Amino acid sequence: MQGLEVRGLTKRFGGLTVADDIDFNLKPGDRKALIGPNGAGKSTFSNLVTGILAPTAGTIRFDGSDIGPMNEAQRVRLGIAKTFQITTLFQEMTVRENLRLPILERQGRGYQLFRRADATAETEAEIKDLLDQFDLGALADRTVSDLAYGQQRLVELALTLALKPRVLILDEPAAGVPTSESHLIVDAIEELPKDLGVLIIEHDMDIVFRLAKQIIVLVQGRILIEGSPDQIATNAEVRELYLGAGHD
Amino acid sequence: MKAFTKSWGPALALLIFAIGLSFLMPFNLAFLTRILIMVILVLSLDLVLGYAGLATLGQAAMYGAGAYSAGLFAIHVWADPVAGLLVGAIAGAVLAFVSGLVLMRTHGLTLIMLTIAVAAICHEIANKARDLTGGADGLRGIRMDPVLGLFAFDFVGKTGFWYALAAVSIVFVFLALLTRAPFGLSLRGIHESPDRMAAIGVSVYWRRVTAYTVGGAIAGIAGALAAQVTQIVSLESFSFTLSAEALIMLILGGTGRLYGPVLGTFIFMFVHHWAAANDPFNWLFVIGAMVLAVVFFLPKGIISAPKVLTRLGKGGRHAGS
Repeated sequence: MQGLEVRGLTKRFGGLTVADDIDFNLKPGDRKALIGPNGAGKSTFSNLVTGILAPTAGTIRFDGSDIGPMNEAQRVRLGIAKTFQITTLFQEMTVRENLRLPILERQGRGYQLFRRADATAETEAEIKDLLDQFDLGALADRTVSDLAYGQQRLVELALTLALKPRVLILDEPAAGVPTSESHLIVDAIEELPKDLGVLIIEHDMDIVFRLAKQIIVLVQGRILIEGSPDQIATNAEVRELYLGAGHD
Repeated sequence: MKAFTKSWGPALALLIFAIGLSFLMPFNLAFLTRILIMVILVLSLDLVLGYAGLATLGQAAMYGAGAYSAGLFAIHVWADPVAGLLVGAIAGAVLAFVSGLVLMRTHGLTLIMLTIAVAAICHEIANKARDLTGGADGLRGIRMDPVLGLFAFDFVGKTGFWYALAAVSIVFVFLALLTRAPFGLSLRGIHESPDRMAAIGVSVYWRRVTAYTVGGAIAGIAGALAAQVTQIVSLESFSFTLSAEALIMLILGGTGRLYGPVLGTFIFMFVHHWAAANDPFNWLFVIGAMVLAVVFFLPKGIISAPKVLTRLGKGGRHAGS
């Protein structure tokens, strides 16, 4: 199968089960969202898929081959990329340098010694395209730490896209961004390449319902339900979970 | 041409400055040579700590490895200076690589303690292996052939100075190229955000090991140079003091750029020289005051002084931050 295929994924920390027998598929072009209350195990799931955590049981396949033994960096090179819940960028570099690094690494030039990092026309053109795509051209030579948080979010999205991923996991892409700016992020996500498989982990229901074609509800490490936005919106259990009908 | 001047102008100015000094202080060539050797060591530390962000207080381990191996090579195998430098570089690289395989799995304080431990172990081995290293008496009897078969080492240290200057220039150009290349950019990357580097598909561990190894090779060259020019290797070359002084010079000058270490080393060595000549007992006080002043007023090192001063001139606040 093309894309990501997760079967029976389980993670226990001592007696605590944070991922419980999760089955999950993400094909090219998918737009899925993972929602659930705090502590449901959303970030754990993301960390299991990206290789930051090792599962207790279960398999993860990518394009049909088992990627279980691979570490985070190897999975990225296969095409599984993610953005962080808290912006994680090279703060003291310019926006342009932030985009140059992932491209150079993708090209396998990370160990290159005697050629200027900025001397390859092809790479610089690619950086320019990304800057244009995310409307960051005016900020290209500013240091990232000088940018507003919303702008940094966009840089992170552009940086991740520079890896030319095939599967993209967005961990609360709009977290910490003022509501007035969050539409910029949502627009940028809508513009992502059509053949990219995207999983969005998000709290903000407006964003989820705008972006996702398929929604997965996670509760206590277990998938409660998976369905279209309409199915989820009308599901009694989900409503109870989110509207807190009657319980603490 | 303009880009060339911009890239290499300051380096050429430094070279002219060094040559000028050699004419101004013709009877202090040995002192100037010692500064040049320290510049190489501090540059190696800058690569490891300033660029790659690897906290170390044990750079002397690689310096000492380079010094002893170059000394032994000259005594037992071949007294050619350039070959000796290569041997020193290899020795520094090998020690850095082997110890780095373990050290680079750690961070922060643990890493600092382990780097100190490696240098201490090397120190003790050199101390105990008296038959080979001369122990506390130092490794003696190093007699070098003429450099490139042309320039014999002389009593005043003229050859030593020019030889060291050539070595500094080569190391400097090498590092200038490296830091502008993709590899250099990736070192800044692992310094600023190892998490992000892993998330763009980089094996941070191997990148750190590589940086530490390259830094080790350069420190090895510094040690080899010292052994050849002074014709003796003492246990001091593995000492904690040497690592610490190199770190102070780096911080004085400014980390994460190449001119900082050069400037910091020159200033430290000259102030040290001058203060120790005036007051042999309290010279450390002057050094301490200078370090305090720089850390408080120029946290990015003396290299940042012009920038800070212009900002002060414009009445800007928070200069230097």
